[in-house]
Amino acid sequence: MSGWDKFVETFFNAKVMWKYLPDILSGMVVTIELALLIVVTGLAAGLALALLRSLAIRPLNWLIIFVVDLFRSLPPLVIIVLMYFGLPYAGPAPSGFVSTWLSLAFVLMAFSEEIFWAGITSIPKGQWEASRSTGLSFGQTLFNVVLPQAFRLTIPPLTNRTIAITKGTALGTVVAVTEILGQASSAMSNSYNPSPLMMGAAAYVVLFLPVVVAARWIETKFAWKR
Amino acid sequence: MATNHIVDARAIHKHFGTLHVLKGVDLKVDERELVFIIGPSGSGKSTLLRCLNRLEDPSSGSIMVDGIDMLNPKTDINHARRRIGMVFQSFNLYPHMTALGNVTLALRNVAGKARAEAEVLGRAALERVGLADRADHTPGQLSGGQQQRVAIARSIALEPRVMLFDEPTSALDPELVGSVLEVMRGLRESGMTMIVVSHEMGFARNAADRVVFMDDGLIVEQGPPAAIFENPTHERTRAFIGQIQRH
Ligand SMILES: Nc1ncnc2c1ncn2[C@@H]1O[C@H](COP(=O)(O)OP(=O)(O)OP(=O)(O)O)[C@@H](O)[C@H]1O
Ligand SMILES: [Mg+2]
Repeated sequence: MSGWDKFVETFFNAKVMWKYLPDILSGMVVTIELALLIVVTGLAAGLALALLRSLAIRPLNWLIIFVVDLFRSLPPLVIIVLMYFGLPYAGPAPSGFVSTWLSLAFVLMAFSEEIFWAGITSIPKGQWEASRSTGLSFGQTLFNVVLPQAFRLTIPPLTNRTIAITKGTALGTVVAVTEILGQASSAMSNSYNPSPLMMGAAAYVVLFLPVVVAARWIETKFAWKR
Repeated sequence: MATNHIVDARAIHKHFGTLHVLKGVDLKVDERELVFIIGPSGSGKSTLLRCLNRLEDPSSGSIMVDGIDMLNPKTDINHARRRIGMVFQSFNLYPHMTALGNVTLALRNVAGKARAEAEVLGRAALERVGLADRADHTPGQLSGGQQQRVAIARSIALEPRVMLFDEPTSALDPELVGSVLEVMRGLRESGMTMIVVSHEMGFARNAADRVVFMDDGLIVEQGPPAAIFENPTHERTRAFIGQIQRH
């Protein structure tokens, strides 16, 4: 057997791959579910915090900044582990899936709040003044004038951050979430063969490459001149 | 407080921290009057204008605009602002909207017009500033002069009772100034009450009813353009006029 054949036999073993394909596919479903939940709830919470912050209520803003900085400085894995193994001592015992979802959603909330906030504050004061001087309220100005402009500025950093954090779904393995990586590594130890890991890698590419390409497209589309 | 002036500001003081910027300004403006405000940089001209529509809160004083007490906390300030148009040095058009979108935003959201009606009114306003054919252009596709005219259209579409102009032509290339002044002249002829802060002395001479000279947070002197420009009574006015005429 040539070296090449041995390599293929080890890393792309057809029999092993066929056997564990269903596991990897079900892992993909879990990863997609997790990722969608994280993106939707994380971004919504981040935007909500940024909007609350724009009300400029001092004590509330201190609280927001504290929470945001906390979740930005903790490694996501630590948050997942604390929630899964630590929280039960305080009462609620979230599943591995829920722990991973909430932890990464908090992290995305924190980072996206900062990005949304930077976008809001980068809109020149004159935009607020022009709008308010025609009688629009604070909220009407925020939603019609400021946010649409701020969103364009936030799209590139937001897509990058969102992709990075949703890839963190792989951390769910440590709390027994049966997402792609979890399925691939248990298949690997059951079959004594690394082929499932290759399938897992392929699954990530299949899931994330289109997202990355779409993000690039959105970035060029929204990079508009004043 | 009975008043027959459309703008009646009394004893306006404004502090920014320890900086005393307006030191008791009284300004009364009649309906259809064009009042021109001049004065050195930092004398408080912008701050005074911005107090009139409450973009700044005066530290003390009283302001009535079209019978509305602007400083009464019970006054619906957004409603009151509809009657007071403001044009800024830097245009401040919304870059993500077309010219028509800029003009119709407040018509729809503040004046409560349906989209179709707002667009009819918006196009009419653009027509008045000579830009009917630019309705679908974004600000980035317009010259500075055109942008400023769209900004004027955005204000007049709401049919304000008073228009405030803060150096409307200062950011423009010289060859574009004329088109904006032309629109302002047209507004004046239509009977709009206008308060204009500007360095366009030629315009002041032939369009203003009254010139107000401000210095160091106070109105030093005011009167018809000819009187202020030819025979200023105060030394500071004379020095300022001499200075700008040398340019
Ligand atoms: N938001 C603010 N905070 C602090 N100081 C301010 C603020 N706005 C204006 N000032 C100060 O108030 C003073 C008057 O400013 P203002 O803009 O009213 O002058 P101006 O007469 O319009 O001058 P210019 O001709 O340069 O536009 C200046 O010293 C300025 O620095
Ligand atoms: Mg000024």
